[in-house]
Amino acid sequence: MKSPLVSTVLFHLGPVSISEGVVTTWAIMLVLILGAVLISRRLSLVPSRTQAFFELIVETVDGQIRDTMRLEPAPYRAFIGTLFAFIFVANWSELVPGVEPPTAHIETDAALALLVFFAVIWFGVRAGGLRGYLGTFASPNPIMIPLNFIESLTRTFSLLVRLFGNVMSGVFVIGIVLSLAGLLVPIPLMALDLLTGAVQAYIFAILAMVFIAGAVSEEAPTPDSHSSQRTPS
Amino acid sequence: MNWLALVSIVSAALAVSFGAIGPALAEGRAVAAAMDAIARQPESANTISRTLFVGLAMIETMAIYCLVIALLLLFANPLLK
Repeated sequence: MKSPLVSTVLFHLGPVSISEGVVTTWAIMLVLILGAVLISRRLSLVPSRTQAFFELIVETVDGQIRDTMRLEPAPYRAFIGTLFAFIFVANWSELVPGVEPPTAHIETDAALALLVFFAVIWFGVRAGGLRGYLGTFASPNPIMIPLNFIESLTRTFSLLVRLFGNVMSGVFVIGIVLSLAGLLVPIPLMALDLLTGAVQAYIFAILAMVFIAGAVSEEAPTPDSHSSQRTPS
Repeated sequence: MNWLALVSIVSAALAVSFGAIGPALAEGRAVAAAMDAIARQPESANTISRTLFVGLAMIETMAIYCLVIALLLLFANPLLK
């Protein structure tokens, strides 16, 4: 059985070897960029059916950002939305026969987690200046500085392993079942895999929001902070 | 097959089996608590189920970590090179 940790190299571009996952990533990027250009080329005040659908998606992303981060969504919409759209399309790209989702390889997930790591620094410095951002490391009191520093590294690592493990285990299990039993047996598992992929894309975006909000605002909101304020009954 | 490979296989199985116990119990408790909350306050079912899904995926990640460790032991074991 093929190891899930190695990726097959398709061709070499000078000294850089281009693997299968990278080519799939390029294809997904192309589809997303072309789609975005085509949809946003003819925007009208009275939206067509397609434009209304995509406006609904943007509204939903805005609502999630507003709920989770308790900030105005405009500066974060592009990053969070692109992150969600890319991971979602990448996880569901296994619907195309012969395509393995690029998020099932650890390099893609490492790149995405690294993006979140640098985005936290970028948004934090932009919101509060360098002093303000470094001040968030000493947020409850200065004793927490080493812990907060380690946390900012380990949470990036857990972000990477979470996405990799979930998508890779789905692909791996389907591979095992496919080698045991043939035609129609893996279909329920693939349906479960699609659900997992959507939920993981959502969680990746939510966690990126939570990390950025922790660096931007004083009190770091947690994913369930909006549900813990229950009304007195 | 030397004893190192044997130990690796056994410990991979151990990692997955024991690593699945904790998340299974935790997911059961989380779903039970969410059901309880929805039964009490059906109007907040949307928020509860959204938070539940995020929480379940977080808990499931613990089992996934064990699976990753097991796969590392089986496929990328540094001791077997």
